[in-house]
Amino acid sequence: MSGLGLLIPIALLLGLAGLAAFLWSLSAGQYEDLDGAAVRILIDEDEEA
Amino acid sequence: MSEAAVSEHVEFVLPGVKCAGCIAKIENGLRPIKGVRGARVNFTTKRIAIDYAPELTPDALRRAIAALGFDAQPVAAAAPVADDRESKALLRALAVAGFGAMNVMLLSVSVWSGASGATRELFHWLSALIAMPTVAYAGRPFFKSAWAALRRGRTNMDVPISIGVTLATALSLFETIEGGPHAYFDGAVSLLFFLLVGRFLDSVMRDRARAGVTALMRETAPGATIILPDGGAAWKRADEIEPGMRMLVAAGERFAADGLVEQGETLVDRSLVTGETMPEPLTRGGAALAGTLNLGHPLTVRVTAAGEQTSIAAIIRMMDAAGQGRSLYVRIADRAARLYAPAVHTLALASFAGWMLAGAGWHQSLLIAVAVLIITCPCALGLAVPVSQIVAAGALMKRGILIKDGSALERLAEADCVRFDKTGTITRGRLVPAGALPLDAQEKQAALGLARASRHPLSRALTAALEADHVEVAQLEDLRESPGIGIEGRLHGRRVALGRPGWLGLDAGTSVAPQMAFGLDGCRPKLLRFADQIRADAGETIAQLRAMGLESVILSGDRREAVLPVANALGTTALVELLPADKVDAIARLQAAGRHVLMVGDGLNDGPALAAGHVSMAPASATDVGQSAADAVFLGDGLMPVAIAVRAARRTRAVVRQNFALAIGYNLLAVPLAICGLVTPMIAAAAMSASSLLVLGNALRLRRCAR
Repeated sequence: MSGLGLLIPIALLLGLAGLAAFLWSLSAGQYEDLDGAAVRILIDEDEEA
Repeated sequence: MSEAAVSEHVEFVLPGVKCAGCIAKIENGLRPIKGVRGARVNFTTKRIAIDYAPELTPDALRRAIAALGFDAQPVAAAAPVADDRESKALLRALAVAGFGAMNVMLLSVSVWSGASGATRELFHWLSALIAMPTVAYAGRPFFKSAWAALRRGRTNMDVPISIGVTLATALSLFETIEGGPHAYFDGAVSLLFFLLVGRFLDSVMRDRARAGVTALMRETAPGATIILPDGGAAWKRADEIEPGMRMLVAAGERFAADGLVEQGETLVDRSLVTGETMPEPLTRGGAALAGTLNLGHPLTVRVTAAGEQTSIAAIIRMMDAAGQGRSLYVRIADRAARLYAPAVHTLALASFAGWMLAGAGWHQSLLIAVAVLIITCPCALGLAVPVSQIVAAGALMKRGILIKDGSALERLAEADCVRFDKTGTITRGRLVPAGALPLDAQEKQAALGLARASRHPLSRALTAALEADHVEVAQLEDLRESPGIGIEGRLHGRRVALGRPGWLGLDAGTSVAPQMAFGLDGCRPKLLRFADQIRADAGETIAQLRAMGLESVILSGDRREAVLPVANALGTTALVELLPADKVDAIARLQAAGRHVLMVGDGLNDGPALAAGHVSMAPASATDVGQSAADAVFLGDGLMPVAIAVRAARRTRAVVRQNFALAIGYNLLAVPLAICGLVTPMIAAAAMSASSLLVLGNALRLRRCAR
């Protein structure tokens, strides 16, 4: 029983952290340009330097 | 610090961005420009967002992008912004509901497994603390829509959902306070979760449709160079141009307003407005139409109508008006809800009254009524339609058919006759040489040299054909083009010419096929014939549509002589020389007679007809206006996607009906149990998940519907 007092808050906090991370990524525009993210990896940044 | 804070923001449409290299080239090319504070290309929407210091202008940025080799088109002010805010809000609600459902379910499982006494009460209280904010937040889309419907005296799917969820939560809270054994928090929250999945999928489909509409005004010129009274010239946006102004239209530019030619002569491509493929000459005093393309020489045009008064704006208005009928269409899920909601409410009310009469006490009776509401909550119904449609749309997308929203699939299944546009729809809208070119190797090289230098559609067709043959270009001197007549030059001192047959002394005869002549000094001039090819599988498509009970008719704006051979080849009837308004009339008459017309067309002149049809499709080669007016866009050189889409839509309708039957069948089994008071929260949750999974599984069968 005493374990519950610790485990339930931990479980809830972890879940909340995941939820907060998702909501942040949504509002920060992480999903705005999914196709672009896929091709941007190919940009060679040394090229024009 | 304060200086950096004053940044202007502008967005351009970049249709030419195709790869990572383009992104790097544009972004790295813009950054060194003084005053550019940030430039980011969005590859998905083909747009670039630039933050810049006030000393720069959007026009300068546009030129800078053009210097990098890309065409940047301003985002038309009139076009609605592609708005995915609703999907985002639904996604946030979905995330919250998912979090709530998982945690409440975790606590509920312990209660079901036999937690009792203080532990059960603690778990109920924890569930209440998680569930109530979740319901308040994630339930908003349903509450809002239900309230909007009730206020107008109507009912929709969201009314039983809202009542069920609210009552279940309130009653469970009461149970928790009283220390009772049954709390339905898990049911309420997971119900919201399942329903939000369906709602989100539906909204994602609709966003795709809206992204198409944003491009609506792109075909019309964003603006023009205006000659100021003092003799100077300035670029003005299309909405700033007024009648009486004089505008300079360069070769290759679109007219931004209607007007009369004051100076210069040229050829114009009117295909956007009239559907006519052959360019027409335009001389002093002739009328230039907004949206048409200047192919030949620079012109000075006195504006007679601008902005909302232009003929192209009139067509777009006609399209809006024609599309109104379609907004009256009631989605299949809402039609089901109209029958379903009153039945459910009566049932719940009847169980409450029945148990009260039987002397069960109001607490017990209310608990049973809530169990009935939760069991009958259209969870599977809410998923049945969107899941089937998104799976079908995904399958069609793999075949190159983009369905814009779920209601398009429903309407496509109802179509019972097809009306085709000719140019660009039945035909490819692309001229190709009819038969082999009657030219030898040297003539081909010279012809390519001439054709490449001209913007005339026939020259372009010839260029494409010769380049596909890997013909080398001959170096020509003294190239000179006379608009509407032809182009000539010199090859090693010999005159070569490409142009109207009459210009080269050939008799064009009475043929209506587009043709031009090629002449090399010292040789006999040769006649080159062109044809707009019928799509290879057009006949087969029309035969398949007929087998499905859809008869096809061609509605064309073209001349009788041009349409007749096509209609004969396909064995269909055709109506010819139709104006955009005539096409709308033809469709409206059919619809008034109770028919459901599938309109397939591509041009701006088809826009109103596409909007008027019960449902409409356009090839991907269509104008932006055509694409945005259509419910579905198909890629490729074939016409077969039309038949495939109709077949897939009918299969989707069949699966949706099966899903309804499954959901209702499950209710017939579970409702008697609920009325008898045998449904505990655990049974409710299990039954709900099982029926949702069943519906999902059935919908997944549609993955192969486009074969």
